[in-house]
Amino acid sequence: MPTDQITSPDDPLLLAEGWSRAGRKVALATVIETWGSAPRPVGAHLVIDSEGNFEGSVSGGCVEGAVVAEAADVIDSGTPTILEFGVADETAWRVGLSCGGRIRVYVEPVEAAPHR
Amino acid sequence: MDLHLLSQLNEAREGRRAAILVTDLGSGAQRLVRRGEAPADDPLATELARRFRSGKSGLIETAEGQRLFLTVSVPPPRLVIIGAVHISQALVPMATMAGFDVTVIDPRTAFATEERFPGTALCADWPEDVLASRPLDAYTALAALTHDPKIDDFPLQAALAADCFYVGALGSRKTHGKRAERLAEVGVTAADLARIDAPIGADIGAASPAEIAVAVLANVIAALRKEPEARS
Repeated sequence: MPTDQITSPDDPLLLAEGWSRAGRKVALATVIETWGSAPRPVGAHLVIDSEGNFEGSVSGGCVEGAVVAEAADVIDSGTPTILEFGVADETAWRVGLSCGGRIRVYVEPVEAAPHR
Repeated sequence: MDLHLLSQLNEAREGRRAAILVTDLGSGAQRLVRRGEAPADDPLATELARRFRSGKSGLIETAEGQRLFLTVSVPPPRLVIIGAVHISQALVPMATMAGFDVTVIDPRTAFATEERFPGTALCADWPEDVLASRPLDAYTALAALTHDPKIDDFPLQAALAADCFYVGALGSRKTHGKRAERLAEVGVTAADLARIDAPIGADIGAASPAEIAVAVLANVIAALRKEPEARS
């Protein structure tokens, strides 16, 4: 269902904006591709701040920890990155998806553009 | 993501306006396209139009080999039912189950009762008054089910004007013929009249009120999900 406009208080995009305006350093993670049985659909978001606080989800809880860790680097560097998770990965030991699916996650910093 | 762009996206979402955030995964460059505001020569025009209909986010590759991610944000679909009638009593739970945000409008207080529609967003007022404060939009379907021109005609006109993704009206071919004449007299175009699903619902031989509700919901879903040219 295209029901991604439900603007509940824990909506990741609203939080990303709110946190950022409050002066927190924020990254936004988005599921951009899935294969097999992935727990969260393409377009699902997770918002992370530099303190490691997060809301939303990109999986059923399997890989959020790794995304949060990567988000710290993205916030520091200001450069987006793409992460991939799946059972076939080396990382599966630590943060694989038990459902057997694979997902690719885009992680980008949220920042007031300096060039504006 | 530029905070300014994120604000614009959230503003669209909160205002029930469809928008697509286009992200170039190679460069990180982003732009926001609101529905109806994409320039005709936008290289992604066809893709964007398709995504606005389907509501699905996804990755695409352009002819130039750019990998783009489209974050598609469309409002949850609404169904506005005119008439707190027997068919509506079946249609409300079915449509709710299918994920629609359902509202029933009927100025006849004998029909629009909490007892007949428990837990339903029910407005016992004239559609003119209700729709003034809660306007229709392209992500809303409208089914007029009262048979009564005094109640049905105004919301049908409003739904066509608001480009509702589905507009249906209960009544036989004869009833609809008269309705079409009335609407044409007040300036509704032939193209708009042709958009009205009448006699209402998918042709499944529906007889009972619940069966008619199934037929109506089927056509609402078809209008939401299928490409216009693929609709029968």
